Amino acid sequence: MSMNSEGRVTRPETLAAADAPATFTGNRALMLEEALIFERDDYARTGVDIAEAPATSSRLGGLERHRAIGLPGLTEPEAVRHYTRLSRQNYAIDLGLFPLGSCTMKHNPRLNEKMARLPGFADIHPLAPVDTVQGALAVIDELAQWLVTLTGMHAVAMSPKAGAHGELCGLLAIRAAHDAAGSDRSMILVPESAHGTNPATAAFCGYKVENIPATADGRVDLDALTARLGPDVAGVMITNPNTCGLFERDMKRISDAVHAAGGYVYCDGANFNAIVGRVRPGDLGIDAMHINLHKTFSTPHGGGGPGSGPVVLSAALAPYAPLPFVAKQPDGSFRLIEEETADQDHPGSFGRMSAFHGQMGMFTRALTYILSHGADGLRQVAGDAVLNANYVLRSLDGLLDAPFGPSGPCMHEALFSDDGLAPGFTTLDIAKGLIDEGFHPMTMYFPLVVHGAMLIEPTETEGKAALDQFVGALRSVAERAKAGDEALKAAPAFAPRRRLDETAAARKPVLVWKDETLPQAAE
Amino acid sequence: MTTYYTEDHEWIAVEGGTATVGITDYAQAQLGDIVFVELPAPGTNVAKGGEAAVVESVKAASDVFAPVTGTVSEANGALEEDPALVNSAPEGDGWFFKLALADPAELDGLMDAAAYKAFCDSL
Amino acid sequence: MRYLPLTDTDRQAMLATIGASSIDDLFIDVPAEARLPGPIAGLPAHASELAVERHMTRLARRNLSAGEAPFFLGCGAYRHHVPASVDHLIQRGEFLTSYTPYQPEIAQGTLQALFEFQTQVARLFGCDVANASMYDGSTACWEAITMARRVTKRGKAILSAGLHPHYVSLAKTMARFTGDLLDTALPTLTPGAPGDDMARLLAGIDADTSCVVVQNPNILGHVADLSELAARCHDKGALLIAVVTEPVALGAIRSPGEMGADIVVGEGQSIGVGLNFGGPYVGLFACNEKHVRQMPGRLCGVTTDADGQRGFVLTLSTREQHIRREKATSNICTNAGLCALAFSIHLTLLGETGLRNLAALNHAGAVAAAERLATLPGVELVNGAFFNEFTLKLPREARPVVRALADMGILGGVSLGRLYPDAADLANGLVVAVTETSTAEDVEALAQALEAEIAA
Ligand SMILES: Cc1ncc(COP(=O)(O)O)c(C=O)c1O
Repeated sequence: MSMNSEGRVTRPETLAAADAPATFTGNRALMLEEALIFERDDYARTGVDIAEAPATSSRLGGLERHRAIGLPGLTEPEAVRHYTRLSRQNYAIDLGLFPLGSCTMKHNPRLNEKMARLPGFADIHPLAPVDTVQGALAVIDELAQWLVTLTGMHAVAMSPKAGAHGELCGLLAIRAAHDAAGSDRSMILVPESAHGTNPATAAFCGYKVENIPATADGRVDLDALTARLGPDVAGVMITNPNTCGLFERDMKRISDAVHAAGGYVYCDGANFNAIVGRVRPGDLGIDAMHINLHKTFSTPHGGGGPGSGPVVLSAALAPYAPLPFVAKQPDGSFRLIEEETADQDHPGSFGRMSAFHGQMGMFTRALTYILSHGADGLRQVAGDAVLNANYVLRSLDGLLDAPFGPSGPCMHEALFSDDGLAPGFTTLDIAKGLIDEGFHPMTMYFPLVVHGAMLIEPTETEGKAALDQFVGALRSVAERAKAGDEALKAAPAFAPRRRLDETAAARKPVLVWKDETLPQAAE
Repeated sequence: MTTYYTEDHEWIAVEGGTATVGITDYAQAQLGDIVFVELPAPGTNVAKGGEAAVVESVKAASDVFAPVTGTVSEANGALEEDPALVNSAPEGDGWFFKLALADPAELDGLMDAAAYKAFCDSL
Repeated sequence: MRYLPLTDTDRQAMLATIGASSIDDLFIDVPAEARLPGPIAGLPAHASELAVERHMTRLARRNLSAGEAPFFLGCGAYRHHVPASVDHLIQRGEFLTSYTPYQPEIAQGTLQALFEFQTQVARLFGCDVANASMYDGSTACWEAITMARRVTKRGKAILSAGLHPHYVSLAKTMARFTGDLLDTALPTLTPGAPGDDMARLLAGIDADTSCVVVQNPNILGHVADLSELAARCHDKGALLIAVVTEPVALGAIRSPGEMGADIVVGEGQSIGVGLNFGGPYVGLFACNEKHVRQMPGRLCGVTTDADGQRGFVLTLSTREQHIRREKATSNICTNAGLCALAFSIHLTLLGETGLRNLAALNHAGAVAAAERLATLPGVELVNGAFFNEFTLKLPREARPVVRALADMGILGGVSLGRLYPDAADLANGLVVAVTETSTAEDVEALAQALEAEIAA
């Protein structure tokens, strides 16, 4: 027979997937296992061609390194493959709905990335003469104007590097303000539903922390708070919308009470996405609030950071804002206020809280996002975010316990408890079941005020079809958890890894790779 | 030897002037797999109700309060290597530290085994 | 709006499911007087990609970027060539648009990369363990000081005069409220060893000292042996904290860990991250194994899954804010994950061989530049030992010289007047960094412009 005249099998032959044999490599087609860079024998290889250094006499003062460092190298094709393979073991917003409550995992527009990489922004040095970076200072100033206007506040400190760093900025301003008034108040009040960074930050800058209980409807107990106020209380930290996904209806009353008692109000603005363009925190009497640009303003989370946490300030706290900051001059040019001129320009400043001006790369992204949406688009962002969360909340009516559901609509996230699951079944099982359904789980076991909390924040960048599919999947998994389906305990079955042994990891921590023998460095 | 219990789920076994302190079976079950115990150094003076040790599982950390006032005479070094002893033998090999009692009268307010069981049942 | 998938029909259908008549009705918990009736006045409306791009590009053009000019700035931020594949890889959506790896089964990519990063940082710094990153070098430095306080239960930190003045400034901000005592000093242009105050540090360590903080190479580029200092610290029960703001140097000089440092922190920007006008950068944090439970920040560790396969998880989390709250070792949550990844990828591309070659090239370039610039009339090279950055003493105040050079299109270095505005003794100092991105022509352009400007 001649070539091409013999048929081949072109239909799948039936073999149950479960019978699929183990592979030689451990790979499963597109799911590729990848060794550590340290497990390869690649200590001599490099992926960067570097011109040979001309022979000069060393001026290292006798500190020349002799011992090998132990850094493996990969050529570019190997490196691209290594990290591409690793990337494919991650879930991401780009792959699907990522409903982590409190984290605001919205779509990250690619225009933001493109703008941040313009050499005029990405390739300028923080200590370059200010005349050569006027465009960068203009970006900071323009973003600052937006943040001040959107929040209805007096000023903004741009240098904090993430939400928690913003909290630190706000509390340092509060301390500096008390200090200036000759008061040494030592206590910060924090609701028990607060994010861990709130009490941690208060302690980090030397404050004592006391918890304030929540009411049955998931809000700060105004009476308990008022009763606790006194001459030792420097301020309160309130999250609004709060970590239960609810608006603090009494916010203005809380602020008034705190002010009357001589304290300041810090607002954790992690949940600003629910109200941007619709409510100005400045109208509620707050003194300081951080804005996570990596939440509300779409800068990417990057697997854990970087973020950016500008802090808007009231007129009372603005004089204490950190250095450095950008000031616009009458001729339209910009100046940097640093230690040098702080004494005349900004004498109350509590000082510097990071090496340079803040997260410029996040400012360009956030400004790009804000300009894309405009005032009308941002208002729609909040509206759609809240609509999506309420749609999820009501679509799960009667199936999952929503402790605050009966009291009315939620804001941008819906909170459920583990009440009603079969004995032995937990929030963790639902989370792992969702992984098999192709979704990232919701935030679990936070806030602490709800047993087995499941906090779902769909964000506004999900369409109805995506929400319907998510709700369907969650209903299916929740029904299994209520029915006591043992198979759910084995979830996830289809992820790159099954459930991991965190106990073993913590009992005998292995935090770095240890070679048996370190290869000698190539000289 | 007499064993007493606290509402913070600690047990104190007293023999002569020395008290051995640990956490109860109920407490270890609540905490889950114990991964680390931070113990006071011998010679440390602890006051009744003050923080004396920390016991950690993967997702929780709890302070262990001194049930009575005294001076630490010995810490259970075995827990450093094998914190799981707190799960497997909370009221035996998983003890935390021994104290020289400062004021035996402080024991009077504590529960005995029966009272503690009733206390746990009521939770 | 191109980023909002809901249509009005969707919205109506969803409102019907919810039982609300409008989106505004979902905001009933907001007191009526705080609800804005419509878009905030005075702010522009949404804009197309094209329009936004035009606006941002116009702003970007008002900056003189490093690539457009002979460029010699350092002092805590360095310009190195970053291979194209680094930026490509960190823009993969699975890295860029994922969260902190709280669900390890579907975050093994980020976790393994972090584990590799931790190992690379620990080896580079000569320490047992490293964490998964801090915000930047300056905040990592303060975190190290607080960690030393926890470990030693003492409250006095001695900061070297050669520590970056902004790092010192940050430490002062914090210490004012935490009650830590800081012993600080200004650097001097001591010939041979500018910014080196080893004698002061050695003499200052006492029974109340929690730590000595010393930067190597220091703010004026000087490199020093830390071994004696480490030994003295240990004698007195204090910790030695070493700060590295230019990690490329460690391809050429001995690591602080090798010299006895207990905690080594640093700024990782110079590997993989880029200048970015000061951020985002990546704080590096490493220490000895015995202090691991006092470390700030996230840690990734090895374990196995239910099938016995190796996998990675975040571990020792009881140190962190989400569990320990006010007793946490730090308040950090979001860190610098993606910058850590960029650092790690760049370091993997370099490898031992590449890093050593890169360091050698930097050093050779700096030596050549220093020798050339020292021939200028009235200009003195202050450093004896240095890596890729050195300090010149000009015959006149350096700050106006830097401005004048910028007008000539040359970014000629960092004047000490900018960093230490109140220190008249330092006003003539100019810190010049020379990396592989500066060519011999760039150096010559700087030399000639500097000569002309000094003579002017
Ligand atoms: C309610 C709340 N507050 C504060 C933070 C801390 O913000 P960041 O992670 O940016 O430091 C978070 C972030 O997870 C949060 O959800």
